Amino acid sequence: MLPEVLSNDPYTAVAVRAPRPQQDPAWIRWALISAMLVVVGVLIVVPVIHVFAQALVGGVGVYWNNLFNDPDTLHSILLTLTVAPAALVANLIFGVAAAWAIARFKFPGRTVLTTLVDLPFSVSPVVAGLIFVLIFGRQGYFGPFLRRDGYSIMPYLISFLGVGLLFALYVLFRPINPRERRGLWNHPRLVGLVGGAAVFGLLVFLQQYFELWPRNESLRIIFATPGLILATAFVTCPFVARELIPVMEATGADEELAAVSLGANGWRMFWRITLPNIKWGLVYGIILCNARAMGEFGAVYVVSGHIAGQTDTMPLRIEKLFQEYNLPGSFAVASVLTLLAILTLIVRSRLETDVHSRVSVAKPQATGAQR
Amino acid sequence: MSIEVHGLTKRFGNFLALNRVSFTVNQGELLALLGPSGSGKTTLLRIIAGLENPDSGTVLFDGDDATEQSAKDRGVGFVFQHYALFRHMSVFENVAFGMRVRPRSQRPLESEIRRKVNDLLALVQLDYLGDRYPSQLSGGQRQRVALARALAVEPKVLLLDEPFGALDAKVRQELRRWLRRLHADIHLTSVFVTHDQEEALELANRVVVMNEGKIEQDGTPEEVVEHPATPFVVNFLGNVNIFHGRVQAGKALLGPLAIEYPEHPHSEARRAAGYARPHELDLRRSEDGGGLWATVTDVRIVGAFVKIEVADGDGQRLQVELGREQYDGLRVTLGERLYVKPKRVRVFTSE
Repeated sequence: MLPEVLSNDPYTAVAVRAPRPQQDPAWIRWALISAMLVVVGVLIVVPVIHVFAQALVGGVGVYWNNLFNDPDTLHSILLTLTVAPAALVANLIFGVAAAWAIARFKFPGRTVLTTLVDLPFSVSPVVAGLIFVLIFGRQGYFGPFLRRDGYSIMPYLISFLGVGLLFALYVLFRPINPRERRGLWNHPRLVGLVGGAAVFGLLVFLQQYFELWPRNESLRIIFATPGLILATAFVTCPFVARELIPVMEATGADEELAAVSLGANGWRMFWRITLPNIKWGLVYGIILCNARAMGEFGAVYVVSGHIAGQTDTMPLRIEKLFQEYNLPGSFAVASVLTLLAILTLIVRSRLETDVHSRVSVAKPQATGAQR
Repeated sequence: MSIEVHGLTKRFGNFLALNRVSFTVNQGELLALLGPSGSGKTTLLRIIAGLENPDSGTVLFDGDDATEQSAKDRGVGFVFQHYALFRHMSVFENVAFGMRVRPRSQRPLESEIRRKVNDLLALVQLDYLGDRYPSQLSGGQRQRVALARALAVEPKVLLLDEPFGALDAKVRQELRRWLRRLHADIHLTSVFVTHDQEEALELANRVVVMNEGKIEQDGTPEEVVEHPATPFVVNFLGNVNIFHGRVQAGKALLGPLAIEYPEHPHSEARRAAGYARPHELDLRRSEDGGGLWATVTDVRIVGAFVKIEVADGDGQRLQVELGREQYDGLRVTLGERLYVKPKRVRVFTSE
């Protein structure tokens, strides 16, 4: 259909061939394009190729040995694949909650929260790492206690979180209409204080009774995996929230309100309306957050303590091998990290084309269907 | 179901959106909330639906206090101004949503849901579009899907926020007629918000005119048109010519106009203004009292009637509308002087 229209219309045919009146001279265009190519080549393409070239300089066998016959390297890969997803889950929960609060509600401290979400972007990762050392390290605020008897707080911490969770559920499911409230639904303070204390006591007792936590042993946060997760989560915290806030603001609250007026409770509204609408923002947030979490160096460098085979993540392992003049080994690990990054980019661009093709397919159908 | 609203007040920061608003919607009525933007009509509708909380005042459904009830439990069908269709769901799923989210014990069987959705889509004449997505529909179709979705939960009240605001004139006319027929069929207590006086007068059994968070008048369309309660209502319901002046000793002296005004027999003067709609002014060639002389400055023939602009001695412009036949009989020419005779002037004194 399109070619016929073009041939019937002499103006379009002319317009296609005519040069753009404000088009720049050829030499400017070529100069700009080649400058861009040089910059991209020097800064991106050559280094990436170089990483793989260096990694494979001794042949595939050496490459394989460097990666999989060095237990410390292997451990660093596994550690990164543990730390990054753990930080990701923490940020996913925080990001969705923060974005929802910022995009949907007006409350005192909203602007402060918006700024705080961005804080990890502006603080140097090394400083972030130092903050955690200051809090949880040997000479830190909680350090001495954690070293003496770290696990003794775990029953209380877990019980406190459990009580908080149960009370949140109580508030969430409490009927809003006073006439529908019966029995304990009418006494939030009683339930909160007495019930909370009872559940807290029970949970603490159960954990002590079954000896869930080792006694009189130090709980290590700094120079151990929890510290790595904390530092990584702190540094990558803005990614999910930053992706979601504009998406949620653009979507608006009307669909959610419509769902509520149709009888959906908050839980169903979130899973059936809010989540599908922010799906793509969430996927991008996860991808970016994951890429950053795997590559994080500064904050992790401070809190890890470089114990080979225990707290070395991939970036730290690369640095250590490099310092030991083990260039092939260092580049081998670097190539794995680069591969993971490239994989992330491929997934992302794949998703983007999927979204675009879906949209462009939908449009002609819409116009055709009007009649 | 009847709705009663008592003393609703709502503030947004320093802005007083609703100022002690009270009114009643009777069972089966189709009521219009009419007012300019910022008059609080949408806020009022959202409070009735439970999507917004009032600062004070109560909302009663059939005499029961529903003020504290959440939107999800009110049994209210709400049609949003921009429809708020779920964009990731097909038309069918949009309409079925209200039934699917019920607690398991009250949820209808899948076959029952299917039957009901198809019935509703047939009611809004869209049964052939069930598989489409909202982005593939025209504005009028989306509007009707939104209506079907709201009706699917068998609401006791239907609330519509600017139902035809985003549609072009022709579709609007069609949907208006269609909605009136639908209301006649199902007889659901309905409230709709509009800033279009024509829409309110054409569609509603009763019109509540709002301005700056307060109710200016509450009455049938005829009452509102024929006996406007305040100058605002007169102004808002269409073009009007205003004559400023005073009332004194049983007379209203409004610029060039002098008419009888027995409602104010006292000797002290009071500021007042007279209002006459363009079709309430008559043009004549001879003076016969109670009018004023004016010069014709513009003539526009608009179908069945003619819009004429005249300027009186002080240069004030007046709008006059004449029937086509009367215009032809009078043979008005530009620049000539004619006698303007008001058939009716509504006088409001200012306290």
